[in-house]
Amino acid sequence: MTMLDRRRFLTTAACSLAASPLVTPVAFAALPSDHRLVVVILRGGMDGLDVLQPYGDPGLAALRPGFEIGPGAGAMDLTGFHAMHPGLADLAPLWRAGELGFAQAVSTPYRDGRSHFDGQDILEAGTAGDVPSLTRRDGWLNRLLSVLPGAEGRTAFAIGRDDMLLLRGTAPHAAWVPDARLEMEAATRDLLMHVYHDDPLFRDKAAEALLLSAQGPAVKVGRGDTVEALFGFAATQLAGESRIAAMSLSGWDTHRGQPRQLSRALQRLSQGILTLRDGLGPAWSRTTVLAMTEFGRTARENGTNGTDHGTGGTLIAAGGAIAGGQVWGAWPGLGEADLLDRRDLMPLRDVRAYAAWALHGLYGVDRRVLSTLVFPGLEMGRDPGLLG
Amino acid sequence: MSLTPTLAAVRFGTGLSPRHGSPSGAADVLAGLLGPDEAAQAIPLEGWNILVRRSIAWGPLRRARNDGEAEKAAYDAHYGKMRQVFFSTLARVLARAATTRDGFRERLQWFWADHFTIPDGLGRRRLSVAGYHEDAIRPHVAGRFGDLLEAAVTHPAMVDYLDQRHSMGPNSRRARNGGGLNENLARELLELHTLGVDGPYSQGDVRQLAELLTGLSFNEVGDRHFRNAYAEPGPEIVLGRSYGGQKSDPEAIRAVLADLSIHPATARHVSGKLARHFVSDDPPADLIETMTMRWIATDGDLPSVYAVMLDHPASAEPELRKVRQPLDYIAAATRALDAGEALLSLGTRQIRTGLALPLELMGQPWQKVPGPDGWPEAAEDWITPQGLAARIDWAMRMPDALPALPDPRAFVDVALGPLASERTRFAARAAESRADGIGLILSAPEFHRR
Repeated sequence: MTMLDRRRFLTTAACSLAASPLVTPVAFAALPSDHRLVVVILRGGMDGLDVLQPYGDPGLAALRPGFEIGPGAGAMDLTGFHAMHPGLADLAPLWRAGELGFAQAVSTPYRDGRSHFDGQDILEAGTAGDVPSLTRRDGWLNRLLSVLPGAEGRTAFAIGRDDMLLLRGTAPHAAWVPDARLEMEAATRDLLMHVYHDDPLFRDKAAEALLLSAQGPAVKVGRGDTVEALFGFAATQLAGESRIAAMSLSGWDTHRGQPRQLSRALQRLSQGILTLRDGLGPAWSRTTVLAMTEFGRTARENGTNGTDHGTGGTLIAAGGAIAGGQVWGAWPGLGEADLLDRRDLMPLRDVRAYAAWALHGLYGVDRRVLSTLVFPGLEMGRDPGLLG
Repeated sequence: MSLTPTLAAVRFGTGLSPRHGSPSGAADVLAGLLGPDEAAQAIPLEGWNILVRRSIAWGPLRRARNDGEAEKAAYDAHYGKMRQVFFSTLARVLARAATTRDGFRERLQWFWADHFTIPDGLGRRRLSVAGYHEDAIRPHVAGRFGDLLEAAVTHPAMVDYLDQRHSMGPNSRRARNGGGLNENLARELLELHTLGVDGPYSQGDVRQLAELLTGLSFNEVGDRHFRNAYAEPGPEIVLGRSYGGQKSDPEAIRAVLADLSIHPATARHVSGKLARHFVSDDPPADLIETMTMRWIATDGDLPSVYAVMLDHPASAEPELRKVRQPLDYIAAATRALDAGEALLSLGTRQIRTGLALPLELMGQPWQKVPGPDGWPEAAEDWITPQGLAARIDWAMRMPDALPALPDPRAFVDVALGPLASERTRFAARAAESRADGIGLILSAPEFHRR
């Protein structure tokens, strides 16, 4: 093509790119809140009793003679009764700053089976214990979006390769895998937008993709599910106009070799939370992270230096917006008669209640809406005081 | 207005090809389908009985793998073989679509596999679902819907996926030792496979149908097997008609499936799905109506129903209202580049990084459908920022992997023919390199649309 052609074309292409509403920086009209919420699904069933070790209960050492337990074995003492697994050591400053806390003896309403898939579906769908139907299922974060005034497509992000049922549903939301990329020479990009000019669907989505791929840390293809990538991208979006992010971390199904496996998983989670804090800057003070799992694990260690699928477990909360530095919830005890089915930590509170109180505090969602639409059949009970 | 060759190839086939001319029109599309299945003969795939046996053997080998060096090697070799077949099946499925004269057959196989969705899973369904597609779906895409329905719904993979295996009649011999009915397959059969969610059935029909289906199962090697001890003594009343007698009887299951396959609600529901898949996300009512009428008049003879769809003016409209799903998109791109045969020589690793990972990023991971309702149809579900970025990224990088690239100015005619927009033709001329030019053509809206 002649130089004149090319110059004329590039001018028009540049104009059309700038005219796209997604490329022009626009203030989002009515953001629901400036509170940030990050929900991390810990897939595989995190052993809450090992993460938050109630070493003050003599039952723990009795049930788990082969495990390293309590401050004497390297865990950080938190309350004189609870100690924190050494895998979370990097988060010690957060605990001291009131930016890390734990809810003990919680679970979803899932009782009749111990399947990862059913458990995760129930956790993400937020049901009262029924496995969501295979079709027309949606997640509780999506139902939250449907009642948040001002929520729109970029308010909430599902991040990573995992299909997040948590955000699935009719309310619009964004999804991105951090290693998705759209890198090309400027001239080629301009030609692409020239080709897309007359097709609004392709034009708008390509413009948004160009924006997203330029944001967040650079990530190599195939490395989009690393914690740096997931939490780094979340931080970039939440520092901007997004408010809610959902993602998942796997590696919690510790049937054997639990000490090493759990340390690794907790270090990844710690690194993710710190990545988020560093990336969010001042917005960290308005951030709540809820890390929840489909079920806890057996109170006893098994024969392969691990634990099996159980019921009661632990919720991890972090962020500048929480009233951390404490353990929430009552303690059921670990005596034979205290256990559920003589095997699992007895859950004393629905984990959904913690999430619901957080949503109430962060976004002012009506309690009746929370206990019917977002979490059907939930008894919210008293405010546990998760938020600062 | 009748179907042009270009639209016949793009809307009802797997795209334009430098090797084969396009079907001359609707009649030619149908004639190809009614002829022999050349693509399966040229590029065969293993069936369920081979794949499921490998899946079943996987469990014991995995459990034994920590017992010693030899056990570890045996497991690694076995699992390696399963993965190699899983990924090479993807390449071969694409190669069929890229090289066939009869693209409508490939599109129909994908459509019906989606209508009767079974995702890859655990146990018997570990890396084996392609065998179900090959045995239960493909032979019936040009036959009667009733035969397709029976083949799919009673297949061991479906019985496994929708929990039918453990379902036992409350009054069956086996239920005396505990256990009970599971309604999953019965419900999806009415809601998804036949009558549709708004169809004329009640919870009572679901329950009765679930009782009627008891006994459907498979044996230890994954073949169909009817378990009399699980079967509820009949008769059961489904949609007002009585099936089966006092004795359990697989014939009664065949009879109810045959009746469901020609029910007017089934005709309407499934005709609507065909029209939404092939013609438009929002098809005209009279298209669905004519297809439904033909379905009822022919007792669900699928080629007759397809013929009505192909002949309808809505199928010939020039506006491209649908978006190719990612598998269809990659098939059309490799077809336009005449790279179908090259697909057959790719190794597992190349297939993973060059095809499977891109498909996943485009939103359609190979054989990992999210639920029994299959993949979404609407253009907006596929052309998301993430999905489009993955398509463009693949289109811009993939040409680098090919030994020789055509001139983009010629390729625009091969890939798009009369569908190419002036803007795309301009980009093909103006691109900085051949690879960029080809990437831009494969990224054009009119290449993603059909």
